[in-house]
Amino acid sequence: MTDVLAVTEHRRGSLRDVSFEVVTAGRELADATGGDLHLAVISGDVDKFAEQVNCDGVDQIHTVAYGEEFNHDVYTQAVEALYDDLSPSIVLMPNSVNGLDYAPAVANGLSLPLVTDVVDFEWDGALTATREMYGSKVETTIEVDAERVAVTIRGGEWPAANGTGDAEVTAFDADIDEGAIGSRVTGFEEVGSGDVDISDAEVLVSVGRGIEEEENLELVEELADALGATLSSSRPIVDAGWLPKNRQVGQSGKVVTPKIYLAVGISGAVQHVAGMKGSETIIAINTDPNAPIFDIADYGIVGDLFDVVPELVDEFQ
Amino acid sequence: MKVLVTVKEVAEVEDDFEIEGTHIAEQFLEYDLNEWDDYAVEEAVQMQEAGDDVEVVSVTIGPERSEETIRMALAKGVDRAIRVWDDALEDAEMLDVAAKTRILQAVVEAEEPDLVFTGVQANDDSFGATGVSLADAIDYEWAAVVNALDIDTLLAENVANVHRELEGGVEELTEVDLPAVLTIQTGINEPRYASLRGIRQAQSKEIAEQDLDDLGLGLADVESDLILTDMYEPESESDATIFEGDAGDTAGQLAEVLREKGVGAE
Ligand SMILES: Cc1cc2nc3c(=O)[nH]c(=O)nc-3n(C[C@H](O)[C@H](O)[C@H](O)COP(=O)(O)OP(=O)(O)OC[C@H]3O[C@@H](n4cnc5c(N)ncnc54)[C@H](O)[C@@H]3O)c2cc1C
Ligand SMILES: Nc1ncnc2c1ncn2[C@@H]1O[C@H](COP(=O)(O)O)[C@@H](O)[C@H]1O
Repeated sequence: MTDVLAVTEHRRGSLRDVSFEVVTAGRELADATGGDLHLAVISGDVDKFAEQVNCDGVDQIHTVAYGEEFNHDVYTQAVEALYDDLSPSIVLMPNSVNGLDYAPAVANGLSLPLVTDVVDFEWDGALTATREMYGSKVETTIEVDAERVAVTIRGGEWPAANGTGDAEVTAFDADIDEGAIGSRVTGFEEVGSGDVDISDAEVLVSVGRGIEEEENLELVEELADALGATLSSSRPIVDAGWLPKNRQVGQSGKVVTPKIYLAVGISGAVQHVAGMKGSETIIAINTDPNAPIFDIADYGIVGDLFDVVPELVDEFQ
Repeated sequence: MKVLVTVKEVAEVEDDFEIEGTHIAEQFLEYDLNEWDDYAVEEAVQMQEAGDDVEVVSVTIGPERSEETIRMALAKGVDRAIRVWDDALEDAEMLDVAAKTRILQAVVEAEEPDLVFTGVQANDDSFGATGVSLADAIDYEWAAVVNALDIDTLLAENVANVHRELEGGVEELTEVDLPAVLTIQTGINEPRYASLRGIRQAQSKEIAEQDLDDLGLGLADVESDLILTDMYEPESESDATIFEGDAGDTAGQLAEVLREKGVGAE
């Protein structure tokens, strides 16, 4: 068999965007392998989710009605049971926070090699995957020396599938072993509200690890004042406790779409870019000409922020 | 209670670098403790300080060079360390998650910790998978991307109450039975700097060296199904206008663009 099994994701009653991206990526692989695309919909309102994700290109949808929210023990057991039943060549999962909470367990449990955070792939009897290393500074090609493989794909790399498909939806009895469930979700918490909402700002001056010391923050605060902008940051600044969580842009922080995003000493890691790539105009100041932030920037200065920022402040005073 | 912390020495690449074959040329690399593992070490050391009888052991799969990094962890309060290395690993082009899992599994089976802390990801190859893969292999519970852990409850009741940091500013509150593997996210604590006293004490702490044979493993256990066949600098998709000149010039040109867009107008 050369089928593809792709796993969808939902949270608090809604499918997440990655569910539609795994359909696109899964269809691409199934076309290459000449097999079918199977989708797994696990936990929550599975019938509703199955209907929503029944897009063009899906061959079969398997629902596992067990529990409400994501639980990695349930997902791991369900995907392994589906694998035993369908015997696909490729198990495709999202490289999301929850994906990383069960995909490695599935791969280990099924003795499949695992390639994570894949941004591109080809199939030629075996999988060849493209992934980044060293904070996106280089790309690598990985050949998988096995006939079957588990893969997680990076969010936002494949377009979302659409259209209404006519895949058959069947309830699958995964025979979940309740005794093997050793973790329980007790709730959710929204974090990061506070004095300002950076997602409302028209102009953001955003500061990263290039600023080096807490004392130096004054410099970018001055710049933000001079420009009439709001101050935001990358994760390390918040981790260090220099700015509150509500200032963090990125995957685990806020998604912002200002008219102008000025990134100062930010490398442009994928989890950061996830939160700001929709900005109208992106400007970067960075000493490293190869910093990935320049790939998405409209304007850039390759230079030392400690030289450039004071000059820029002067321009506006 | 025993806590095992996996730590990796990772390479950081200088701004300008060259690729030789499927590697970055050695002279452009600097080595350091993986950022995520620094937080994992701190969390374990805080447990040791809070509890009566908590031992913290660190394990690294890495060449002799990584001893320096291991000493840093010892200086921060880790009690003793294990370093796994072998000629067979020296020759391996790549250690995939499965191979690392088998090695770490053997260490866990020998040490029998109650808790294992790993980082969420290693900053060089960023698989983000070793901790959860290991948990499945050793039949421990787990939680990935943990950014808060209630240490008091853990010590008193043998259950880990954690926050898992999801996307979009949402955290999941989860109860995890022990024994467990937690993959630690940055920001969970404030990693300390090693004190002079700590650095002195670290000199006399044990770093046990183990090869595959010591762990009861063979060549087949560390063979990777993933083969790194190419490494290249991604083609720049940049169509950015890069301002040329000294700091004053570039700031001036940028200011012009900003003014055109109505910034700082009033
Ligand atoms: C699950 C998960 C979730 C994450 N969520 C987020 C998130 O929400 N937001 C986020 O930002 N990150 C997030 N991260 C972290 C992310 O992977 C990066 O580690 C982080 O974005 C790096 O921040 P940085 O660019 O400020 O630091 P670095 O990557 O260290 O970059 C610093 C940059 O400053 C430049 N620089 C240094 N000195 C100077 C100078 N004098 N002048 C000018 N430039 C200089 C350097 O060339 C470099 O490019 C997440 C990671 C994980 C695993
Ligand atoms: N060579 C290694 N030695 C010890 N621990 C490692 C090694 N590689 C990865 N790890 C651990 O696994 C975590 C996740 O790594 P990875 O899955 O490679 O991104 C790291 O933060 C480390 O704690």
